[in-house]
Order: sequence, then C-alpha cells, then structure tokens
Amino acid sequence: MNWIDFTTKLLAATLAMGTSLTYATLGEVFTEKTGILNLGMEGIMLMGALSGFATAFSTGNLYLAILVAMLVGALFSLIHAFLCISMRANQVVSGLAITMLGTGMANFLGQRLGPASNKFNLCGMNLATKFDNIAIPTLSKIPIIGALFDVSVLTYALYLIIPFAWFFMYKTKHGMVIRSVGENPRTAAAMGISVSKVRYLYTVIGGMFAGLGGACLSLSFTPSWNDGMTGGKGWIVIALVIFAAWNPGRVVIGTLIFGGITSLQFSLQAAGFEMVIPTQFLAFSPYLITLVVLTAMTIINQKKKGSFASPTALGTSFAIDDK
Amino acid sequence: MRLALEKRDSKSRKMTILVPIVSLMLSFLLGAIVLGLNRANPVQTYIAMAKGAFGSQSKIQFTLVKAIPLLLCGLAVGIAFRLKFWNIGAEGQYVSGAIGITWVMQFWTFLPNWMFLPVGIVVGVLFGAIWGGIPGVLKAQWSVDETLATLMLNYIIIGYAEYLYINAWKAPRGNMGTVRYPEFAWLPRIWGRVHAGVFFALILVVVLWFVLYKTRWGFELNMIGKNQRAARCQGVSIKKNIILAMLISGGIAGLAGAIDSAAVTHQLTKGVDAGYGFTGIIIAWMSGLNPIASIFIALLMAALETGSDALQITLKLPAAMGEVLQGLILIPLLAGTVFTEYRLRILSKHKEISA
Repeated sequence: MNWIDFTTKLLAATLAMGTSLTYATLGEVFTEKTGILNLGMEGIMLMGALSGFATAFSTGNLYLAILVAMLVGALFSLIHAFLCISMRANQVVSGLAITMLGTGMANFLGQRLGPASNKFNLCGMNLATKFDNIAIPTLSKIPIIGALFDVSVLTYALYLIIPFAWFFMYKTKHGMVIRSVGENPRTAAAMGISVSKVRYLYTVIGGMFAGLGGACLSLSFTPSWNDGMTGGKGWIVIALVIFAAWNPGRVVIGTLIFGGITSLQFSLQAAGFEMVIPTQFLAFSPYLITLVVLTAMTIINQKKKGSFASPTALGTSFAIDDK
Repeated sequence: MRLALEKRDSKSRKMTILVPIVSLMLSFLLGAIVLGLNRANPVQTYIAMAKGAFGSQSKIQFTLVKAIPLLLCGLAVGIAFRLKFWNIGAEGQYVSGAIGITWVMQFWTFLPNWMFLPVGIVVGVLFGAIWGGIPGVLKAQWSVDETLATLMLNYIIIGYAEYLYINAWKAPRGNMGTVRYPEFAWLPRIWGRVHAGVFFALILVVVLWFVLYKTRWGFELNMIGKNQRAARCQGVSIKKNIILAMLISGGIAGLAGAIDSAAVTHQLTKGVDAGYGFTGIIIAWMSGLNPIASIFIALLMAALETGSDALQITLKLPAAMGEVLQGLILIPLLAGTVFTEYRLRILSKHKEISA
C-alpha cells in the first residue's frame, strides 16, 4: 500500500470516527458557553447510541432513530438542567450522576429491548440498513481529500452545521446572548435576558447533539450495540471543548486530531505494529495524548491570558437575588 | 404566584439529616417506576434484592466483602471532594494499588515469607498515592482540569494492567492473569469470606473522622473547599494541601486495590477494574463526605450490587438493574440539597415587586 492510499484511508477513518465526536463537542460547546458544565456527556451519548440503535432495529427507519436519539439526549440533559439551574446542584456531581444513570440505563435497556429470540438482548444484532457512505462522483476520486467526499449523510451535514454554528455564536444577536450569559450572568440579567431560560435551552440543545453523536456510533461508525460502546468518548468530548477554546469553529481541529490518533492506532494494529508496541499501549495512547495535550493547552492558556479562556461563569449557579 | 428559593440564615440541621433520607426513599420510588415500566413487580423485586444481599449468612458475607473496597473508595473520593478536587480517578488508583501489590508478590522474592503481605500492601498504597498525586501536582502547579486528568489516568492504568496480566506478567498456564500469590501472603479471613480488610476500613474511618473533624489540618481542608480565597488569606497553602490530599486519596484507593487483591482475587487479572472507584463517588456524595456515614452508604451500595446479581437468577431481570438504581440514587439528593441552604417561598404577584 502506498502512502497516498494509506493517508486517504486514514482520513476516511478519521472522518467516520470524528463525526460522532464533533456533534457531541459542538453540543457541549454551546452548553458550556452559557455557563453550564455538563459532564454527563458519556452517559447521554451512550443513551443516544442505544435508543438510536433500538429504534432503527425495530422500525428500520434511520431518520426516526436519529430523532429518538436526540429526544432521549434532550430528556437526559433536561434532568441536568433542572438539577443545576433550578435546584442549584453542584454541576460536577450532577454531571457524574447523569453519566452513571445513562450508562446504567443503557446497559439495562440493551438487555431488554432486543428480540425474544436473543433473550431480549440487543448485543450481536445487526441493522437492516445503516448510514452508508455516499460518494460524490469525480470529487471522491481525488487522492487524499477525496475522502472528504465519500462520507455518510451525518458527516456531510456537519460541513454545513459547523460554519453555521460559528456564525450563530459570533455573528448573531442570539450568539451574543449566549456568550453574555456565560461570561457575566448578572449583567445579562440586568439587560433583561432570562439567564435560566437561556441556560435551560442550550443545555437541552447540547444534550440533543450528544444523543445524535452517540447515535452516529451505533448507526454508522460501528452499526451495532455493545455495553459501554462509547468507551469514554463522552469524556474526550469534555477535553475537546477545551482544545477548541469554546469556539464552535475550532471544534473540528480537535476532533480531527483525536479521531486521527485513534484511527492511526487501529491501522497500526492492523499493520502488525503490536510486535513493536503492545496492543494495550496503542489502545490507551489516545487518552495519554489527550492528557498531555490538555496539560500543554492549560499551561499555554495561562501564559497568554484571554485568548483561550473558559467562559467566566462556567460551573457556577446564578439567581437574580443572589448577593 | 410563583415559587422562589430564599436563602436561609444558616444551614438547616434538620434538613441536612432529612434530605438524604427522603432522597433515598424517592430514588427507590423512581426505581419502582422503572421496574413497573419493565413489567416487574417493584415490591417483589426489592424483596428479591434484599434476599439476594442479606438472605443467608453466605450472602451477607458476599455483601460485606464488596462493601470493604467500596467503603475505602468512598473514603478516598471523599477526601479529595472536601477540597472540591473532583477526583474521579479512584478507579485507576485502585488498579494502581493492585498492580503494586502484585509486583511485590511476583518479584520481591528476596523477602522473608511473613513480609510479603505487609510490604505488598505498603507498595500498593504507594502506587495508588503516585497515581493520585500526578493529577494533584498537575492541578496545584498548572491548574490542569482534574476531572479530565484523573479520568484519562484511569484509562491509561487500566490499559497498562491489561498489558501486564495478558502479556508481561501472564502466568505460564492459561491465557490471562498473573501467577497466584503464595498462600502465606493472603490476607486472612475472619468470618467465612469476610477478610481482615474490614479492620483496615473501619480503623481508617475512625482516623479520618478524627483528622477531618478534630484537627487543624481537617479544618484547613474544609476551608479550602468552602472558600478558597478565605483560606489563602489565612495563610493556608492551597497547592501543598491539594497535593497532600490527593496523595492520601490515591493512597486509600490503592489500599482498597491491594486489600482486595490480597484477600479476594489473589492475582492481577481481568475484572480488576470492577467499578468500585466510580461507585465510591456516589458513596462519598451520599454520605455528605462524612466517613462514618460512608459505612452505611457503602453497605447499601454493596447490597445493591449483590442484590441485583440475584435478580438475574430469580426474576430474569438483567443485573444492570443495579446500575440503574445506583444511577438514580444521586438525582433526588442533588435536587434536595438546595433545601439545606434555601427555603421554598411562594410569592404572590404583588409581593414579588417588593421582594
């Protein structure tokens, strides 16, 4: 295999892998921009993956599956919103609780929603249809970047969503409302913005994107259901938000790098590299690299203050009559 | 008319006790709804779970054996949470401890027989402390986000442990797992399956209770968690305390891993990442970071785990039902905690303006 083929294949794998991460990361960026930290992403993505798969399995309708996954994501993030915004719960612990609930619930339902012939288990079931790659004639034949034009509908949609998300955040009035709520809720409230409403809205929207991200895994990337199939991707999402410096436009960079590392690890394994590096080392390398990059990013952020900083009010609760 | 929360002048003592109890009952009610939706009789299910956890001597012993590492992990997480250091890496620190003791048992053959167990446990604690200390230093020195750092370290050490028991340290026979520890180095049992680890856990509860509530250092830790700026003004070193608390937190989780390896598994093998570290988070938060209350919550969580294993056999419900119940348990508590510091007021329209 020559290096052009290898790179094209790697890019294709990266895009497939990165799609799920990109949806979830975009969602979390919007949530965190309003000042709410949602650490429940892992659980919400897993619920999205499960509900999407279960719907597609029983109805065969992929778009209905996506819709259900998004609704389930919305429901779970609504719990988080209620706990953190209305009940002023600690956002970190609430997020952990959502992850535990989502993981438990998904593993439980995965053993309940399957066909009777498989002891109601969804593990090991196949889908009749999945989101297949659609190649655009000619464009997809270009070496390397051709991979960009041979992806699934879910990835094509991102080509539009990402620029739109960036535009929405930085060039519209709505985006300004989001940013002001996350930066200085008191001022935002003084200007007549309902901080709670904005936070509720974008926490729920963030959850919908996370549900969709999870469904990308079970309907397209690896069309199947397995207990804990997200394998920590929901946590990687939290790190990717930091890499993206809370900018929806920059989300792609992080997801491409992370997707690339993970795919590279798989191709290295396939190429018999475990003779040199043990499989398990390759398997945890993405997490190690995430940790190193996270540390590096944090140190850089401190050196040049401002440009990569997190929303000032991130993780704090707000009420108009607080002193 | 609308509902509003009004700050209380001081934390309500009554609510501090009432809220966890009501929350617990609420979460069982929520669990009953989930069970009902799955066409299972909730009362019957809960009875089956209770029987599965406490129905006979050997079942009680199983539950207690699970409660030991859970309690230790709850204590470990609790110390870090006191400083609002969100250590979700107890799982990894636990695995690190298990690796530490296995290393001694496998390779420190120069030790006299009686020293394997004590040295192994100490090395396990040290390994856990190192794995907890890394995110502590990262946070103290560069304020690297600890939730992510501890979590990534979990994946790394669990992967490394897998490498050890599948490749590097694999016993010559079988396809995974290290050679079993020599029998003289096992942690002795005291009642059926229940092992001496129970003493470690209970002594630690007392020590931690004393340190956290009766000493100046405990007071400092509390102050850092409640109001970091005030603590700094009082001349408390935040960096030093974060690192110290994380060394202790990781050390306790490492102890849990070492004890469970020495008493239950007697080797490093698949399943070493049993999720005790994650359940420890629930235990720490449910108990209000109080070591003594942790005992009861750890028992409850252990009972949920052994009880739900029994569900699979008696009611043909997936054992993951236990995970669902564990996940449900924190939610009413998180919603209810607000009432310890706030009271609910019903405001009518015209009064709202004056308020």
